Amino acid sequence: MADFIQLLVAGLATGGIYALVAIGFTLLWQTSQTINFAQGEFVMLPAFFMLGAMSVLGLPFWGAVVVGILVAALVLGVLFKRLVVDPMLHHGVLPLAIATMALSLFLKEAVKDFYSAEAQPFPPLAADVNVSFLGAAVSLQSLIVVAIAIGAVVALQLFLNNTQTGRRMQATAQNPTVARILGIPVERMILLAFVINAVLAALASALVTPIYLAKFSNGEYLGIAAFIAAIVGGFNQVRGAILGGLLLGVVDNFAAAYLSAQYRAAIPLVLLIVVILFRPQGLLGRVEERTV
Amino acid sequence: MSRARILLGSATGLIIVAGLIAAPFGLKPYGIYILTLWAVTAIAAIGLNLTLGYAGQISLAQGAFVGIGAYAAALLTTHGWPLGAAYVVAALACFAIGWLLGYPALRVQHHYLAFVTLAFSTLIYLVLRNEEWITGGIYGISNIPRPSLFGYLLRSPRDFYYFCLANLALVSLAAWWLIRSPWGRAFVALRENPVRALSLGVDTRRYTLMAFALGAALGGISGVLYAPLVQYIDPTPFSLLLSLNLLLMVIVGGSGYFFGPFVGAVVAVLLPEWLQSADRLYDALGPLSDVMRFVLPPDALKYVAKHYLVAYAIFVMVLLVFRPSGIIGFFQRRFTRRKPDTPPAAPVTQAKVA
Repeated sequence: MADFIQLLVAGLATGGIYALVAIGFTLLWQTSQTINFAQGEFVMLPAFFMLGAMSVLGLPFWGAVVVGILVAALVLGVLFKRLVVDPMLHHGVLPLAIATMALSLFLKEAVKDFYSAEAQPFPPLAADVNVSFLGAAVSLQSLIVVAIAIGAVVALQLFLNNTQTGRRMQATAQNPTVARILGIPVERMILLAFVINAVLAALASALVTPIYLAKFSNGEYLGIAAFIAAIVGGFNQVRGAILGGLLLGVVDNFAAAYLSAQYRAAIPLVLLIVVILFRPQGLLGRVEERTV
Repeated sequence: MSRARILLGSATGLIIVAGLIAAPFGLKPYGIYILTLWAVTAIAAIGLNLTLGYAGQISLAQGAFVGIGAYAAALLTTHGWPLGAAYVVAALACFAIGWLLGYPALRVQHHYLAFVTLAFSTLIYLVLRNEEWITGGIYGISNIPRPSLFGYLLRSPRDFYYFCLANLALVSLAAWWLIRSPWGRAFVALRENPVRALSLGVDTRRYTLMAFALGAALGGISGVLYAPLVQYIDPTPFSLLLSLNLLLMVIVGGSGYFFGPFVGAVVAVLLPEWLQSADRLYDALGPLSDVMRFVLPPDALKYVAKHYLVAYAIFVMVLLVFRPSGIIGFFQRRFTRRKPDTPPAAPVTQAKVA
């Protein structure tokens, strides 16, 4: 039982991080049909912004995290939208998807060439201690990750459902044409979605980098995992991405512990294929109407 | 099509073919290897262009079929079978698996289809890595022999290059014929509007499966040539990255255009090599280099050569931002002001995946 709880908490911590990244994925898809293959690199990069803020500006850790999130919002949110996405919006999904693939290569290689190819140490979120939780020893770090991830998700949900801007964003996602007729500044809402995506990715970066250290290749698995989480949960629903992320994190951890280590990576993929074939809209997704 | 355009087109074609035949005489073995890799990769890209560019079915599994073909060739030829046998086995196996992979396409479309094929691709990679008893796992398969043709062993890089070039020519001819056949027209109908195609009596079910199977078979053939080219294979080159890279070639070259995959393979296979050796441009220019020095300082080229992957990524991004229909797509539209004369030159709506 103690093992079970340990695995569950570790799984929820991983899953919370996946969920943060997956939510951004679904936001971009809903508002502008952008499939962002650089999503993993969007998590890898802010850690280097934070390291830079600490070494160049001499900021304390939490200050550096805030600066990192702000820089990410500007570079990975606003600049990404303006320079890469905007010129390609009207040319269909695929060219843009390929451009984000090139962007992913660019970010990886640029960090490797101009910062370092070695993994950089990154300060931990909390002291490396275990706390007792329902009779099991659980690492404090995992609990903090779960708490911050849940906090971010709840804040986002409150924003989307209870503020005027949030509801405008939802309207934009559901039907941009009608939203525009109703006087909603659709362009600004789409830009906001990109900024939120960058902020969530930067937050995930601060949570995940203490575990893996800061390295240019960190985004490779995270991007795919967030992708799978978004699809399993439902590509067009923020709630779905949360469920998908948590589910994937837990399944991942249990599979590693109880099933073959070799095919551990296959479990999420099998889950993905089963969900797509039997419930293509995802566990919580809405059916998208087909256009003729 | 006007006479002038036919003349211009055939002249360009002849020059390129002559250049490809003459190229190995001016290249070192590594250069010939890269050029052979281009020919082999172009075959897989032609296959994906059939599936995606013409029939509009997005597949992120083309790299997996290259892997299946390569392992089939490696296993059979290291056990004494001729490469011809591997050819048949790999093409048939990939055709069958591609046909099966087409079934999800009957249920789900667009980005969901991309995800199913993505998962399939990664699963094949895991099988190649983990089933050590047959694939050798991470240790791979070494000592893959070069094939012989009519009793003549194609051992030297140049001989094998011509063998692969001949294969590319045959595949190109077959694809050219296929696109102009009723099948090709049915593929385009399927891409442009599946519902209308169905109502016009096109068996969309069969053609969807066929589009996947044919594309996959070409992926397999590409793999069959890849194995004896590198002579040692392990699972790494056949990961999801290869599938994504092949997709990049099709889109960058011009999805749904016959020559798209050729140009796309130039961008993905040759361009990084050229960028990496950009600093040696001055040696090649000879007396012209003094003039060039004013236009392009040598230090800039050294910088590009050092960070060639960064330069490559920027090139692809800028290209797509300004020319989203790909390189061939851009030229086609620039030179054909009037009604497009061939079905593939129709407006590039196949990219509409949403």
